[in-house]
Amino acid sequence: MSQSAKAQVERLLALVPYLRERDGVRLEHVAADFGVSVEQLSRDLRVLWFCGLPGAMPGDLIDVDIEALEGEGVVHIDNADYLDRPLRLDTHEALALIVALRTLRDVGGPAERDAVARALAKLEQAAGGSLAAADQVEVRIDASDATVADTVHQALHDQRRLRIDYLVPARDESTTREVDPLRLVVSEGRRYLEAWCYRVQGQRLFRLDRIDAAALLDVPADPPRQARPRDLSEGLFQASADQMLATVDLDPSARWVVDYYPHEGVEELPGGGLRMRLRVSEPAWLRRLVLRLGGAARVVSPADIAEQVRDEARRALAAYDREPTA
Amino acid sequence: MTARKSERLMNLVICLLVARTYVPKERIRDVVEGYREQSDDAFEKMFERDKEELRDLGIPIEVGYIEKGFEDEPGYRIRRDAFALPEIRLERDEAAVVGLAARVWQNASLAEATSSALLKLRAGGVAVDTEGLAVVEPQLGAQEAAFDPLWQAVVDRTPVRFSYQRPGAEAAERHLEPWGISSWHGHWYVVGHDRDRGAVRMFRLSRVVGPVHRDGSPGAYAVPEGTDIRALARSLDASPDTTETAQVRVRPGTGIALRRQAVAIETADADADSEVWDLLRIPFAGVWAMAEQIVSYGTDVVVEEPAALRAAVTASLQRLAGVSVSEEAPA
Repeated sequence: MSQSAKAQVERLLALVPYLRERDGVRLEHVAADFGVSVEQLSRDLRVLWFCGLPGAMPGDLIDVDIEALEGEGVVHIDNADYLDRPLRLDTHEALALIVALRTLRDVGGPAERDAVARALAKLEQAAGGSLAAADQVEVRIDASDATVADTVHQALHDQRRLRIDYLVPARDESTTREVDPLRLVVSEGRRYLEAWCYRVQGQRLFRLDRIDAAALLDVPADPPRQARPRDLSEGLFQASADQMLATVDLDPSARWVVDYYPHEGVEELPGGGLRMRLRVSEPAWLRRLVLRLGGAARVVSPADIAEQVRDEARRALAAYDREPTA
Repeated sequence: MTARKSERLMNLVICLLVARTYVPKERIRDVVEGYREQSDDAFEKMFERDKEELRDLGIPIEVGYIEKGFEDEPGYRIRRDAFALPEIRLERDEAAVVGLAARVWQNASLAEATSSALLKLRAGGVAVDTEGLAVVEPQLGAQEAAFDPLWQAVVDRTPVRFSYQRPGAEAAERHLEPWGISSWHGHWYVVGHDRDRGAVRMFRLSRVVGPVHRDGSPGAYAVPEGTDIRALARSLDASPDTTETAQVRVRPGTGIALRRQAVAIETADADADSEVWDLLRIPFAGVWAMAEQIVSYGTDVVVEEPAALRAAVTASLQRLAGVSVSEEAPA
């Protein structure tokens, strides 16, 4: 939090009712809850020492036990009955929290859905008028098969192994795998099951809308020790230097591609096109993408992929040349 | 100095909060430490700024009039019921999901807003657990530079103007009364009344170029009664209904995603090259979108009908193969 007086006042208005409920709480504990250093918290408490009822007679000021603060490192405050409740949530705070909770409700299992619904009802009541804006924000999460989603939630909840049929469009294949679920994440509006996959002996993210079928196995989940939820703060797809680096030129009509796929860099081309550099883990994925774009994108490098695309197109065309158009 | 100013602001809040009626400005100047020694002019400026900062924090400072002789004198107060967070008690599982919600926003300003909301709940006696192990972890990002100003404009209903660039077109200035914002596949969109077009329009935030300017005062317009942002966002980018059915040949074991869209799959007799194909019937909406999907399978999928789809596919393949395309573009 910033060091400004405004930020400090915001903190103090929450700090007083917080401390009134927790007499004798340890300084470090408070600092952790408020996300500030112990030093900052001590400065905050010394400000309170000079605050109180108008008139500022000795008995009017908030009483902070500085001795206990400096000695045992615990906080006692007194004489602040009029600050017994924190400030209401403002619109920005209420909205941020409610949109987050609704998102959780939309993707959670039955247990989360129920708890979120009750929590939302209580918060909406407490937030009162600041909620008029809550319906002006909408987060849409990809639809996925309800039966698959329910099975996945149950597996996570009961910690059991799953058998899934999973579609990999890049390789145009659907494979059956046994997986131990770790968690369900939602990123960029899509749901993924993070799990240990026994087929590849590794941790993978499975897009829920690409799971064709899921069956709960009578086996407890027992992922190896190294299976841990990955830190996704840098994005779902982490490009690594051992992946192939490709360069693709996009016509103006295909500029949208840079918004949809992670890339390493983009430059403008004369005529409104773009040159995009990206890391590719499977050449087949890039071939399919460029084919799909139907000539609005060209592989500049690697040259062999450019050649494969041309060759594939020539051979596909041959099927149409051979027969009369229907 | 920060500490002195914080003291003054806190004392001002307490003074207005404990007052039973409106407190006149002169009385405030008298009792709140830090005002007394200021000149008239300096005090006026300081007091105005302090009120503004407290209102920014969401503190409801009311202005009213106190009868005094022949003239009413303005005064200030903070009503406790408008100031204080009402009593709220959460069950353990409710507090747990609220703790999870704190991790949802990846956008800095909204993550901060959620944290300060949680801080207030904690101060109000709710035991929120933010460290709990979660099996469900949604993340909401908002990297677009236009997100924060547009979110704010939606919240306080302020008209905006911004420069907007559609793909392949020059950027143009647009004027909008933003009604709501919507996220879809990780991208944010703003929906509202487009003042230039006189109609409801949706804009993609990643296509907003440069800053978003406020173009009026807060509350300058009303969102029409019964506006459903959810329904509106869907209708503006809805995928059209499927109206046609394609017949395509697919090599066995390939075209897995196409097979999921098919309404009928049968195995055809071997063709002239004694190859066996599966015959799929697939409903589709737009010829070009369907053609893109089919071309992505290369030699594994061949369109039999309709003719327009065949033409679109062969035109794409010709471009990809480097064959010169005939002048007559397919429909």
